[in-house]
Amino acid sequence: MRKKTRLSRFNVASLALGLAFLYLPIVILVIYSFNASRLVTVWGGWSLRWYVELFNDRAMIEAAWMSLRVAVASASIATVLGTLAAVALSRGERFRGRTLFSGMLYAPLVMPEVITGLSLLLLFVALNAERGFWTVTIAHTTLTMCFVAVVVQSRLGSLDRSLEEAAMDLGCNPVSAFLSVTLPLIAPAIVAGWMLAFTLSLDDLVIASFTTGPGSATLPIRIYSEVRLGVKPEINAICTLVIGLIAIVIVIASLASKLSSSQGESAAPL
Amino acid sequence: MEGAAGAVNAATGQPLLRIDGVVKNFGAFRAVDGVSLDIKAGEFFALLGPSGCGKTTLLRMLAGFEAPDSGRILLADKDIAQALPHERPINMMFQNYALFPHLSVYDNIAFGLRRAGMARADIATRVAEMVALVKLEGLEKRKPDQLSGGQRQRVALARSLARRPQVLLLDEPLAALDKKLRESTQGELMELQRWLGMTFVIVTHDQEEAMTMADRIGVMNAGKLVQVAPPRELYEAPRSRWIAEFVGDINLFEGEFKLRDGHRLVIATGGAGTLVAAEPREPIAGAKLSVAIRPEKVKLSRRAPVGEGSALNQLDGVIADICYLGGATTYKVKLDTGGMVQSSVTNSARLDVDAYSLNQQVVAWFTPDDCLVLDQ
Amino acid sequence: MSTRRIFARPARFAAIAPYVWMVLFFLVPFAFVLKISLSQTAIAQPPYEPVFDLTAGWNAIRTAFGALSVDNFRLLVSDDLYIFAYVRSVTVAVTATAILLLIGYPIAYGMARLPKRWQAVAMVLVIVPFWTSFLIRIYAWINILQHDGLLNKVLLALHLVSAPVVWLSTDTAMYLGIVYSYLPFMILPLYATLAKMEPALEEAASDLGAPPWQVFWLVTFPLSLPGVGAGVLLCFIPIVGEFVIPDLLAGSNALMIGQTLWLEFFTNKDWPVASAAAIVLLVVLLVPLLLYERLQRRQLEQR
Repeated sequence: MRKKTRLSRFNVASLALGLAFLYLPIVILVIYSFNASRLVTVWGGWSLRWYVELFNDRAMIEAAWMSLRVAVASASIATVLGTLAAVALSRGERFRGRTLFSGMLYAPLVMPEVITGLSLLLLFVALNAERGFWTVTIAHTTLTMCFVAVVVQSRLGSLDRSLEEAAMDLGCNPVSAFLSVTLPLIAPAIVAGWMLAFTLSLDDLVIASFTTGPGSATLPIRIYSEVRLGVKPEINAICTLVIGLIAIVIVIASLASKLSSSQGESAAPL
Repeated sequence: MEGAAGAVNAATGQPLLRIDGVVKNFGAFRAVDGVSLDIKAGEFFALLGPSGCGKTTLLRMLAGFEAPDSGRILLADKDIAQALPHERPINMMFQNYALFPHLSVYDNIAFGLRRAGMARADIATRVAEMVALVKLEGLEKRKPDQLSGGQRQRVALARSLARRPQVLLLDEPLAALDKKLRESTQGELMELQRWLGMTFVIVTHDQEEAMTMADRIGVMNAGKLVQVAPPRELYEAPRSRWIAEFVGDINLFEGEFKLRDGHRLVIATGGAGTLVAAEPREPIAGAKLSVAIRPEKVKLSRRAPVGEGSALNQLDGVIADICYLGGATTYKVKLDTGGMVQSSVTNSARLDVDAYSLNQQVVAWFTPDDCLVLDQ
Repeated sequence: MSTRRIFARPARFAAIAPYVWMVLFFLVPFAFVLKISLSQTAIAQPPYEPVFDLTAGWNAIRTAFGALSVDNFRLLVSDDLYIFAYVRSVTVAVTATAILLLIGYPIAYGMARLPKRWQAVAMVLVIVPFWTSFLIRIYAWINILQHDGLLNKVLLALHLVSAPVVWLSTDTAMYLGIVYSYLPFMILPLYATLAKMEPALEEAASDLGAPPWQVFWLVTFPLSLPGVGAGVLLCFIPIVGEFVIPDLLAGSNALMIGQTLWLEFFTNKDWPVASAAAIVLLVVLLVPLLLYERLQRRQLEQR
């Protein structure tokens, strides 16, 4: 009898079709961004024409810059807060208000963005805060810190507790045990959490639409208003750039997590 | 025996660690139930028991990972029961080793020394010393996942010894190793302990391991310490039926006390007829008794043996089962009186001239001195 | 005191900053939504009344409380527009989730059966589109689905249709977009449970005489139910509140509740009704939300 393979023809076909479905639209988009023709549907040869036009579009560049700043700022704050929250939840045992705390952290993960956006806007209006960079950053931090918390918490949960005990046995107090043993071991998850927060922020349209003010549109807001008017080759170009940026970020993240965790279990990028 | 040699060494020591009436509950479950125990300086002490008996919890209280609900733990007359793990001159070697995966062998061993604020040069010297002690030269730069199981075990040992603790705790230190490696490591651990003169407390569920290595063994069951004795005493004079059955194999016959004949008791058993046994050291209350006898003390012969001492307990039967184990063969003899007795016979000759065959008529016999009288 | 408890004390201190943040920017905003959902529209800044002014003294606040009413909710349950929007949201979410399960399961199953090396690769391949922007992925489909887009070209070239088909602004396009966007959310939990499953279980079932389809229905599928539950909830809940996909891909004659909310807020500037719609949406989602929370906690405890 030949070696039994668990993979049936059906398995292979569904995998191939599934992945094709996931990637084909993006690939087509990227290819058409290099189209020389003004008509988005007619192939007129390779060209960088739309990238050049893109760089002359001040509004688009400003929106992209705004999005990048918001993404970096909110991802960084969210990573700190989310990691703290994960530590409290996975190492704090029972404490007063824990249920409320974990509820508040899980709810935004599944809550419709329209609700999160609306509620934050109402807060900012009531506080009479000037809407712009900071309000969007705060809004994105609120959403993304929950994702960071989940990613880091699952890593903390799978960490062998006897490592922390060994550190204490060898003379660490709880804080130094955390800093010298736990933190280096969860670092890949923290990096992954930052990345996730960064891309979520870069991606968000709904919450940003609610919480931003006039004159400070983010990139998705800008793209959205253009897309509503129809397909433009310039949009293909900016989308390709964003995809490229995210691809670079993912590669860096996976390299970082490989470097910092030579041990078997590496953190998945989710 | 190894244990006997070790006991001489340990006998000179003063009680270093005193556990006094320690109780630990986990919710409604009492994990450790009033354990009191003295461990002498330089002793190799083993805590033995089935899983869930509380031995690991007791060890974790010595390390400081759990605090007792009541009772005291004295180290050199100082109560450390409530002290935090990093405040105790006690180190532990973890069952899964708990090596820090992000640190090299060198940094793992140096970890505790750095916490103690030792100077860089001293750390280097000490680590080199430890590496040599566990024979890991040349592997200092490796990460734990680049080591074999045996090497990891050595790193864990070196790391826990590096701070020169007053007591080293070992939680099932050899459980993850395969049989051959385990046996050689047992020898190395004993040698190391004697050479360092350090106090070792080991937790194990493997009685052979405990017998081989320890000077004294404390047997735990359901949170209680049921007997503390050197290996030989534990095996030959278990204090209860439970211990007799837990440590090694044993034949047990339940019966009733009939009469006393000098220093001997005559007991009527159900399975093996009337047996004569030496009087136990501690008198036993009640008429219901058990007679226990180790399989290797039960001799077999084709005809009734000659000589009076051996003639006292003779049981006729047929061979019902044969289990060949290499060094010895275990025979199960179905007795004419209805019971079953196990006999372990050393295979002292290569050829099978002495071997018995299935359904063969035999006499199983043993002396009264080899019988152990226990409570039911 | 056990080490767990020794660790617990400093760990609880870590909760302070995120706790304060979440109360301030998650819990308090909700109080505002609730309050404004009970207010009336006004042509003012902010565009609702009453406005609570804590400096105005106790009596003013009492009056303001008296001015709150449930009129907006009455409007929501009496106006067909809103009722249709809720019904449509739930219908779309149920249909889309069912399609997602049907498509996602075979893919996840195929992934779980790959050799270990390739499983990791397949997992990354499924996750990567999730990292690329949501909006961009929808936009990619507009590219393909438009009147003279790639899909129509291919169909015409293959002589499957004689004239270009209208794809955009139809429910088909919307379902396509939703399935495309949410597929990783369905695949990943399914894959996680399927990959954890002991291969010996399936082997034992076939060893005991079950043909492949019975092995699947009697062993594999029942054991993957936790993953099915997680995947269904992860997709269903956000789809109900979805805004971007129906807005860009579906027609404008039937709106989902997320669109209605957006419309009330940005176009009609009716903040109180938008807030009330948000509250109702949340109530609709409360049952699956709580289910999800329990599932999440159970999974974390299992680890």
